[in-house]
Amino acid sequence: MAAPQTKPDVTEARLAAHSLPGGGVWATAAREDALSRVRAMGLPTRRDEYWKFTRPDTLVEADAPEAALFETDETAMFDAVDRLKIVFVDGVFDAEASDDLSLEGVTIERLEEASQTDIHWARDVYGVLETNGQIPVARPLATLNTAMAADGILMHVTGKVSKPVNLVYHHKSTTSDAMLHHVIKLDPGADITILENGPAAARFNKVMEVDVADGAGFHHVRTQGRDHERRAATHIFARLGEESVFKSFTLTANGVLTRNECVIEMTGDNGVAHVAGACVGDGDFHHDDTVFITHDAVNCESRQVFKKVLRNGAVGVFQGKILVKQGAQKTDGYQISQSLLLDGDSEFLAKPELEIYADDVACSHGSTSGAIDEEGLFYLRARGVPKSLATDLLTLAFLAEAVEEIEDEGLREEIVGRLEGWLERRRD
Amino acid sequence: MLEIKNLHVDLEEEEKTILKGVNLTVEAGKVHAIMGPNGSGKSTLSYVLSGRDGYEVTEGSATLEGADILDMDPEERAAAGLFLAFQYPVEIPGVGNMTFMRTALNAQRKARGEEEMSAADFLKLVREKAKTLKIDADMLKRPVNVGFSGGEKKRNEILQMAMLEPKMCILDETDSGLDVDAMKLVSDGVNALRAEGRGFLVITHYQRLLDHIKPDVVHIMADGRIVKTGGPELALEVEHNGYTDILAEVA
Repeated sequence: MAAPQTKPDVTEARLAAHSLPGGGVWATAAREDALSRVRAMGLPTRRDEYWKFTRPDTLVEADAPEAALFETDETAMFDAVDRLKIVFVDGVFDAEASDDLSLEGVTIERLEEASQTDIHWARDVYGVLETNGQIPVARPLATLNTAMAADGILMHVTGKVSKPVNLVYHHKSTTSDAMLHHVIKLDPGADITILENGPAAARFNKVMEVDVADGAGFHHVRTQGRDHERRAATHIFARLGEESVFKSFTLTANGVLTRNECVIEMTGDNGVAHVAGACVGDGDFHHDDTVFITHDAVNCESRQVFKKVLRNGAVGVFQGKILVKQGAQKTDGYQISQSLLLDGDSEFLAKPELEIYADDVACSHGSTSGAIDEEGLFYLRARGVPKSLATDLLTLAFLAEAVEEIEDEGLREEIVGRLEGWLERRRD
Repeated sequence: MLEIKNLHVDLEEEEKTILKGVNLTVEAGKVHAIMGPNGSGKSTLSYVLSGRDGYEVTEGSATLEGADILDMDPEERAAAGLFLAFQYPVEIPGVGNMTFMRTALNAQRKARGEEEMSAADFLKLVREKAKTLKIDADMLKRPVNVGFSGGEKKRNEILQMAMLEPKMCILDETDSGLDVDAMKLVSDGVNALRAEGRGFLVITHYQRLLDHIKPDVVHIMADGRIVKTGGPELALEVEHNGYTDILAEVA
């Protein structure tokens, strides 16, 4: 047996596979700082507290495992939505497939270009929110991204943006290993909806830093493609100002390995943060939602709503924390994570955490795992609904609480439609 | 319409025999009532006929218009025209009441090779039927039976029956949990569905429901068998003297 590799070995092996992208003063400073931080903390191993349920090996190792492409004749996600489209193919910007990057109320630039300048607004956010999000739990894959990502999108939102910006991630090479780093800075009162869709690459490492100023609103709906063999490690780091709103929903169907982390810091009073996810997995599927919401202001509301439908040995993981700091009175925190296990082979691992240092708060959390409700199933069948359709109805009903977190009705219906399609294709 | 012959049924898990040779024929256009003390097997009969898991038929048969229903899945029985009004209607969070009824109606139509009902036609029909049962728009929108009172749940059962227009209706203790007004409303709903081509089997512990839904035939069930059959007067006898006398008489 080969000697187990040490953490520094694993980290250096991976770092050797990349080189720091060249750039101007601000970007180089941020990247060099990140490089030294990732060296100091080391990339994750199974022994790390927050990697007990998810093996990080294939996300960490120098070469990305291959991932077969997934062919589908379905209409592309968000096709019917009036949006500004920005397309990446295996992590590489595709100018031809993308729309012109001008849109009222937002300045959109590519990191690759902006990083060549010596001074840029992004320096106050790029790597900054990611660094803040390292305490108390290290997230080294995000730091790796801050150091090595050569491209991504920088958005400075100055007003209410009339249509969504859609980041589209195509996967066209079976060996692609992509990294993107986005920064979205919202001025006070600004508002934007970001859509993301697609598998992105054989292996995808993405960071999105979102700075939501006072009274601003950030809405986010994403789907992660339908490729079975792709791997993804994504991070959202958000900082919320006073009376700001942050809402993020993710649909994950398929994917051999997904780790979605969301780290939110509520720094202004009366803020609202909702993070929701619905995932459906069949067979070789491992999906991990790791969420950390810190309340550091008065009268903020946070919700974490995660629902997982698992079959044929699929694995779902939820690690969610609400941290209420001293003085964060009148906090309203809610967290629910539930799995619907459609057979005995599937597995749900949950680690819900509450840590509260204020005395006037209302926080609740719950985690359940169960099978299809037999009583409900019989009731539907006794009314003439065939078993397979009845099972689908109950499955969609199970997912409803998460899906209903999407405010926009059109987007919500599109997500429900995708879920229906996924279930329908698996009917007995 | 419904013909049950020498039906023997065991509880699968406990190897306990519940029905010990039930013989019963419900003709089209007739209302039959089954009364009996607790534990006599009344509800088991309704579950076995509708196809619930957990029961094993060891002997006998049950046919609907000549077709063997015991071999059918529950949804096939429903499509064939069998309807069970549940004693305890099930709550289904996340599924809207309207969606539920429309899915059921169209699934049955599809199974019978009929065309599905359009959303507009369905809406018109459900509103009309709901009105007579005093079911408001809110109840139609809410998830199936979630947050419904006992009376609302039973009214919702009758609404489903009215929408699905089954050939054979089995009402399992529909009077349980109903106050006088709700009982009247539910009974009126059932009576409105009485028709030439439709059979009813009304299972009840008490006679009072039968004041409102007047049966043609009354059966007394005890220890897994029909022990006595008669006219409506049999129900009154139970009301006055309880089951003890009748059971002693047939013992």
